[in-house]
Amino acid sequence: MTALSSILILVATFLAVFWEAAFSGFRHLLGAQVDVLPALMVYAGLRTSLATMTMVAALGGLLFDTLSANPLGITVIPLFLLGFMLYRQRELVLRDQVFAQFIIGLAASAGVPLFTVLLLLTSRHAALLGWGSLWQWIVMTLGGGVATPMVFLVFDSVDRALNYRRATETSFRPDREIRRGRN
Amino acid sequence: MLKRPYYIVLILVVLLTMILLSLPGQTVVRVKLAIGSLFLPLFGLANSSHQLAEKAGEAVVPRSELLKVNQALRRDNQQLRLREMHAAAIQRENDRLRQLFGWQQKAPWKPKLANVVLRDPANWWRTIQIDLGSRDGARVNLPVMTTEGLVGRISEVSLTSSRVVLVGDRNCKVSAMVEDGTRDTGVLETAGPFDSSLLTLSYLPMDANLKPGQNVVTSGLGGVFPQGIAIGKIVDTRQVEFGLYTEARVRLAVNLSALEEVWVLLP
Repeated sequence: MTALSSILILVATFLAVFWEAAFSGFRHLLGAQVDVLPALMVYAGLRTSLATMTMVAALGGLLFDTLSANPLGITVIPLFLLGFMLYRQRELVLRDQVFAQFIIGLAASAGVPLFTVLLLLTSRHAALLGWGSLWQWIVMTLGGGVATPMVFLVFDSVDRALNYRRATETSFRPDREIRRGRN
Repeated sequence: MLKRPYYIVLILVVLLTMILLSLPGQTVVRVKLAIGSLFLPLFGLANSSHQLAEKAGEAVVPRSELLKVNQALRRDNQQLRLREMHAAAIQRENDRLRQLFGWQQKAPWKPKLANVVLRDPANWWRTIQIDLGSRDGARVNLPVMTTEGLVGRISEVSLTSSRVVLVGDRNCKVSAMVEDGTRDTGVLETAGPFDSSLLTLSYLPMDANLKPGQNVVTSGLGGVFPQGIAIGKIVDTRQVEFGLYTEARVRLAVNLSALEEVWVLLP
């Protein structure tokens, strides 16, 4: 992971928040806006450094709260905790498997809005909730789950295009060579 | 067991969040304005691409269609002029009568057009951002409407833009009145997060004589919204709280999910 890759994921976070606020296609079609930030956090938690992951959470949360009526900073905590948990367990996760990415994306996209709403209710903010919120939550969960493997696909391709490929090590060792014939 | 860098990062993030959450309201608006200004180039880009698409669409409309629309608009314009003359005569008469009875004169509306630039990305708020800020005269609590009816009120103002909290959000309760019949008043509240076009008119008297299709307008109580702005029509009614009061479902006149331009009523 180079500095350029970190900058790219931060730019993607910025564009994702703008897209969520400016384009209402999903809102018209499904009755809820899909949140891409948890998917980006899954990628940041599993692929990038601790510093980059923290910056994605802070930038994403602050930008989201700026364009929304949320209290400023309330989205940072759920995003950061998600990234932090994944970062700590990244060696135990099959992060290259599309199905694993999808499942983690589902869980992340389900957990982040729940935790954010919980924080809002705890801080006595009158969020608009009801039975319809259940449908919105399902749309957000599925949308985030589908978006996660796509995020991995895009950023892994970009990473491969921008960085040198790691030289593969062969199993050949000169000292273990079986010498044939007489010397 | 957590390593030292983990502790440092955790403490830093929690500290940052605590500081931000404890900032006073006006400072939060300023900080949001500063961060929001990062999106200005994207607003410009989105606007110009939208205009480009509109121009491309206009270029392919046939001339005969344009002439037909032009003729219809001329007819509408003449009708509206006649109505305006009639309304002005009624207004003058109203002013004279108010003067005669010694009633206070009503301030005329000063509408200003604004474009909707963003929608709230969170599903648990119903707000929009418009490109009218404090430099244009926008202030907190000014009513926002379209020609069809009420949209909401301004909740936050920065120099160049404002946030409008829409009717149906929990932070925008409206005192409303059933126009036809007994003029019963109630409070317009949200009916849930899913269907933004349906609202609940609560706290109507238990003997209120309501029928589907009756018009609901702002009552003028509360001091935020002037009296008489159209809100919508009654869909159905029911008795609640063991018949203590009546509740009506109201279908909004404005389609809140398709807002592009709104009028802000300046004082």
